[in-house]
Amino acid sequence: MALKIVKGSIDRMFDKNLQDLVRGIRNHKEDEAKYISTCIDEIKQELKQDNIAVKANAVCKLTYLQMLGYDVSWAAFNIVEVMSSSKFTYKRIGYLAASQCFHESTDVIMLTTNQIRKDLSSPNQYDTGVALTGLSCFVTPDLARDLANDIMTLMSHTKPYIRKKAVLIMYKVFLKYPESLRPAFPRLKEKLEDPDPGVQSAAVNVICELARRNPKNYLSLAPLFFKLMTSSTNNWVLIKIIKLFGALTPLEPRLGKKLIEPLTNLIHSTSAMSLLYECVNTVIAVLISLSSGMPNHSASIQLCVQKLRILIEDSDQNLKYLGLLAMSKILKTHPKSVQSHKDLILQCLDDKDESIRLRALDLLYGMVSKKNLMEIVKKLMLHVDKAEGTTYRDELLTKIIDICSQSNYQYITNFEWYISILVELTRLEGTRHGHLIASQMLDVAIRVKAIRVFAVAQMATLLDNAHLLTGNTQRNGICEVLYAAAWICGEFSEHLENPTQTLEAMLRPKVATLPGHIQAVYVQNAAKLFATVLKGEEGNTDSTAAQEASQLMIDRLPLFVQSANLEVQERASCILQLVKYIQKLQQKDVEVAEEVNALFAGELNPVAPKAQKKVPVPEGLDLDAWINEPPSESESEDEQPKAIFAKEEPKHSRPRHTEVDEKELARRREARKQEQANNPFYIKASPSSQKVYQEAPGVEHIPVVQIDLNVPLKVPGLPMSDQYVKMEEERRQKERAEKKKKEKKKRKEKRSGRGKKHDSAPESEEDITPAHMVDIVTEEMPENALPSDDDERDPTDPHKALDIDLDKPLADSEKLPVRSHRAAEAQKSPTDGETENATLPEPKKKSSKEKREKKKDKERDRKKSKDEKKKKKHKHEDKEEDLLGGQADEPVLQSEETSQVAEPPASSSTTAEVSDLDFWLSNAPVPSNTQEAATVVAAAAAPAASVTAPNSEPDEPKDTEMEEMKSSKHKKKKQKKEKEEKEKKKKKKHHHHHHHGDGAGDESVQNGTVEEEEPLPPMSNYCLLAENSYIKMMMEDADEVYDIQGNLQDGSQVVVSVIFENKCSSFLKSMEFNVLDSLNSKLQRPEGSGPHDGLVVPFQLPPGVSNEARFVFTVQSIVMPQKLKGTLTFIVKNEDDSTHEKLDFKLHFTCTSYLITTPCYSDAFAKLLESGDLKSSSVRLEGVNMPFHHLLARICFHHHFSVVERIDSCASMYSRSIQGHHVCLLVKTSAQTVSIDAKCDEPTLLGNVLDEIKQTFSQC
Amino acid sequence: MIKAILIFNNHGKPRLSKFYEHYNEDTEQQIIRETFHLVSKRDENVCNFLEGGLLIGGSDYKLIYRHYATLYFVFCVDSSESELGILDLIQVFVETLDKCFENVCELDLIFHVDKVHHILAEMVMGGMVLETNMNEIITQVDAQNKMEKSETFIFQSTRQDR
Repeated sequence: MALKIVKGSIDRMFDKNLQDLVRGIRNHKEDEAKYISTCIDEIKQELKQDNIAVKANAVCKLTYLQMLGYDVSWAAFNIVEVMSSSKFTYKRIGYLAASQCFHESTDVIMLTTNQIRKDLSSPNQYDTGVALTGLSCFVTPDLARDLANDIMTLMSHTKPYIRKKAVLIMYKVFLKYPESLRPAFPRLKEKLEDPDPGVQSAAVNVICELARRNPKNYLSLAPLFFKLMTSSTNNWVLIKIIKLFGALTPLEPRLGKKLIEPLTNLIHSTSAMSLLYECVNTVIAVLISLSSGMPNHSASIQLCVQKLRILIEDSDQNLKYLGLLAMSKILKTHPKSVQSHKDLILQCLDDKDESIRLRALDLLYGMVSKKNLMEIVKKLMLHVDKAEGTTYRDELLTKIIDICSQSNYQYITNFEWYISILVELTRLEGTRHGHLIASQMLDVAIRVKAIRVFAVAQMATLLDNAHLLTGNTQRNGICEVLYAAAWICGEFSEHLENPTQTLEAMLRPKVATLPGHIQAVYVQNAAKLFATVLKGEEGNTDSTAAQEASQLMIDRLPLFVQSANLEVQERASCILQLVKYIQKLQQKDVEVAEEVNALFAGELNPVAPKAQKKVPVPEGLDLDAWINEPPSESESEDEQPKAIFAKEEPKHSRPRHTEVDEKELARRREARKQEQANNPFYIKASPSSQKVYQEAPGVEHIPVVQIDLNVPLKVPGLPMSDQYVKMEEERRQKERAEKKKKEKKKRKEKRSGRGKKHDSAPESEEDITPAHMVDIVTEEMPENALPSDDDERDPTDPHKALDIDLDKPLADSEKLPVRSHRAAEAQKSPTDGETENATLPEPKKKSSKEKREKKKDKERDRKKSKDEKKKKKHKHEDKEEDLLGGQADEPVLQSEETSQVAEPPASSSTTAEVSDLDFWLSNAPVPSNTQEAATVVAAAAAPAASVTAPNSEPDEPKDTEMEEMKSSKHKKKKQKKEKEEKEKKKKKKHHHHHHHGDGAGDESVQNGTVEEEEPLPPMSNYCLLAENSYIKMMMEDADEVYDIQGNLQDGSQVVVSVIFENKCSSFLKSMEFNVLDSLNSKLQRPEGSGPHDGLVVPFQLPPGVSNEARFVFTVQSIVMPQKLKGTLTFIVKNEDDSTHEKLDFKLHFTCTSYLITTPCYSDAFAKLLESGDLKSSSVRLEGVNMPFHHLLARICFHHHFSVVERIDSCASMYSRSIQGHHVCLLVKTSAQTVSIDAKCDEPTLLGNVLDEIKQTFSQC
Repeated sequence: MIKAILIFNNHGKPRLSKFYEHYNEDTEQQIIRETFHLVSKRDENVCNFLEGGLLIGGSDYKLIYRHYATLYFVFCVDSSESELGILDLIQVFVETLDKCFENVCELDLIFHVDKVHHILAEMVMGGMVLETNMNEIITQVDAQNKMEKSETFIFQSTRQDR
């Protein structure tokens, strides 16, 4: 014993645990890397050992090292080993390591699928929890696909701890495997009403996340969320929901109207700042979405602004920040209400916190007016001077320009002031935004004609002082401004006072250090200036000035001819030759000015940025058509390189070559799209000056002499913008005074009438007249410009795949091929299924099965969403209130569609759903000639109902109608039989053309999930409840069962979905559903109503419409089947009269309906049987002629069992009642006899269930 | 969605890093460094929000952080999370740590980073907030620790039986 202890401690000594490692690293601060590498070696040794404890310890240490930045992916396999340990301690270590370092391209992830599946189904909830947590971090598309179903099952786990994790992880699954969204969505939606707040919150979380990306698909959930919002007290959930509404309201303004009131109430009542803030945010979103003009909304805006002001004034910087953030949203639509808080916002500009300053800057953008623009910009200019970081300064610069240039310079009254602001901004050193300033200068000079004289003068000064700007060309973007300056001086040179001086400034040798594209502009505009100089000297008898100018050009231009930049070189040599020629003419005293000026004649008009794109293609022009016959491939291969080199240079500015271009382009576009990108020809083919200008200057190639200028830059002779502010002030005062005089006169005149002008006190926007009569030229657009497309979404966004319309009704084109094919089949064989019993299964390939299931899922969802849509539509027609508030205070669960929770895994349930769809399709157009009121009991399958079935199957209606008549006359058993027949027929219709075979042998059973390879007969659990000439009621038996945590005293709740279908041509309204309660079963009624009061069905039915309502019953004892008598009363409203009608029905709760499908694993099942608590009973079924798996599926479907294990023709099945009774079945088949041995802890229940099973099969 | 949760000390040493999106180790370290750089230069009494760094996120993302004694707790979140909500969540996280470690200090985080991960896993899962109720978190963490303890006990006793 002592020896063993010693051995144990020796083990421990060798295992350095995480704490030791951390301690070690802290003790080796100077040679940490070395120490860690020895540790990693140790870890590698430890990983080689068989002892899982040692391995787990090693993996734990690796997780720590990973955090320090060491790559530990080499240990991925060991991590998987530790993950698969049976001990929770190690498993947790393994999953943690995996979640930290596994990712999509980790190849060992493939190995984990089965392990994770096993952990997910572990009886220990923490194993499952750990697996879910881990999986959430490293789920891959493969894992998502393989495990989606398992996780979906876990969403209905009994433990809320697992449910919430399973719900949350579904989001990740959707992202990786978008196909799972539709099948899983109904269940996810159901979890919104989970009794556990954690699960609810998780579901809200997931749906909010989904809806944020694709809000339009989730609009239909608005009523449900609305209900949650008004009932929930969990602030987290509320915040999420309110945020979600913020995303939904832009799509549905009516929703916004509905929201305002409760949100306002919340704003008033809540003490949680976070909630208040989100409410304000969403109210803002609502207000934005609503078209203005509603009087009561101004109150809401005021409330919001008021609350935000409180936030901004708060000493808590966080609230201040958020207040500003929200304020900027209001600003977009209601600038007036924000403008009154200008003082506050300007104050925030002085805040020490940069985040807050930036937010305040955002706000300024919308707050400017003609009146305050100068003042605000002045303040910003002060900040520019004070700003420390270049990023913040650049941000200020862009903001100034944004503010001034917004909506076509709307707020600028004095452009001279603006130009001087721009010039002042050029003094910023090291800004990245030189090009921004430059483009503003160009824009203003081109579009505001009146300002040109002033602008040209300013630009000339800039050019003269260019050396100040170009100090550090390499890191200075500001020299871009010279581009604008040179161009403006050249283009509008007629306004220059002293063109010769400017010409001289533009031809200084220093210019050669500027970036190429700027030099090119210099050269070109020097030529324009030269032309102006010549013109100016024309009349003079003394021609020396003109000759001097020519000489200057000839002297300076060779510098540019040597330029490395092709553009500069080319322009310079052209112009040089030209000037030399002119000089010759000058010497001969020829008057040349006129002709030289003609070179640059014509006005340049501003063109809108997207104008080119918007030119409509003329009718009859096909841009993709060949202009000439396409040359053969081989030819082009040979000739291309030559063509490129031969044409490249002279091509630049010669339009007549374009035809060749087009030909080339067309040919190449067709032939080699790939090559295009790499071909130099295409890159250089279209030298748009604009483009060159926008590109970053290739400054690094230009040798620059660096001059460090530490002297503050002050460009002499430039007017300070402040001057203009003062001038403007004076001007305005004068104006105001004049106006007052005028107004006084007017008032005197108007005194007698009603004093209409009450707004004379504050100066309104319109009163301010611009200083100059400014003609802002609008940018040119081509005629019939097409509206251009908006921005596209990022194609790599994973959420794009999740843009799945969950409500979409099927478009004809969208219908799945399966369906049309079925309809055709149905026409061929309308009746021949009647007597045939056996349905022969068809062999199917494994791979196709999956796909088929998916399709079916989709179909099901579509069908449901269609129902929903219809319902919604009809509600819209009724009244808006119905959309949202209608069911809020009803105990009846809202009439949304829901999935069938209690269904066995995948295969059978999906088949069942699809059959619902089939029945729905075939049954819809039933003519309303079945006269007698019928009373039919439930628990058998009958068509699911819906209305707007397209008339796709012409001979179906008769068929089903007949059946319905029959069914209405028959009693319970016969109806059941009929159901079976119907199913047969249906099945027959679907599959009779297939080759059939028995695939029972090769089915695998795993973890209780039957993986059927053959199609199952379609089944439905909707049955006809009652109908008359007006209305048809159909019931889905105990569709969903809530158990109340196994508390037997409380009884349990059973939810019954009833579909109401209006069969007549009148409007049905005021429907009331009432049931005569028995001692055992009671309809849940809203509080305050008597035990005999009916429940109002929360909708009305227009002709031909159906809708579903759900009713909750409380059931005391579940061991016996129950029957409840009930009545539906309603008003039939015609155009001229309305009558009161009623319909009696009987609800039948079978024992089966109290069972919930609960997966059970073979080990747990064996334990259960061994426990000896269960009473046994058995039943024999003779003459059952159907494949074994069909039989099982039928039991699963109709009686809510799940298969535990299946071996050949023997299977064990399990189910659990809502009150926790275990029901175990052992089903054996030989020949046509089926024997079922059953065990249950409640013999009465068991007896009844077996009876029901027997009935199901008695007709087979 | 939460994109990452980082804890580092006043010197930028990582004490916990949890990325809900994959980055390689080098990028992770760079992100930690950048985040530290952004966060550490801010004054104590400025707001706790920071428009995202360059490496992580982008325009839609925000850094929301709190500074406790020697540690920074930084959450990188997108616009679907409520800013104040996340601040509360950080508070819940720290309080939970405080309860679980009994007067938590940096050393606890240094030596028991695995435990911190386990606690965090009960609060945030795959980048989404799982639980905000401190009592519920502590119950689940305790239950798991109890299970671990019972296992190590069995484990040790089997080891001694050997």
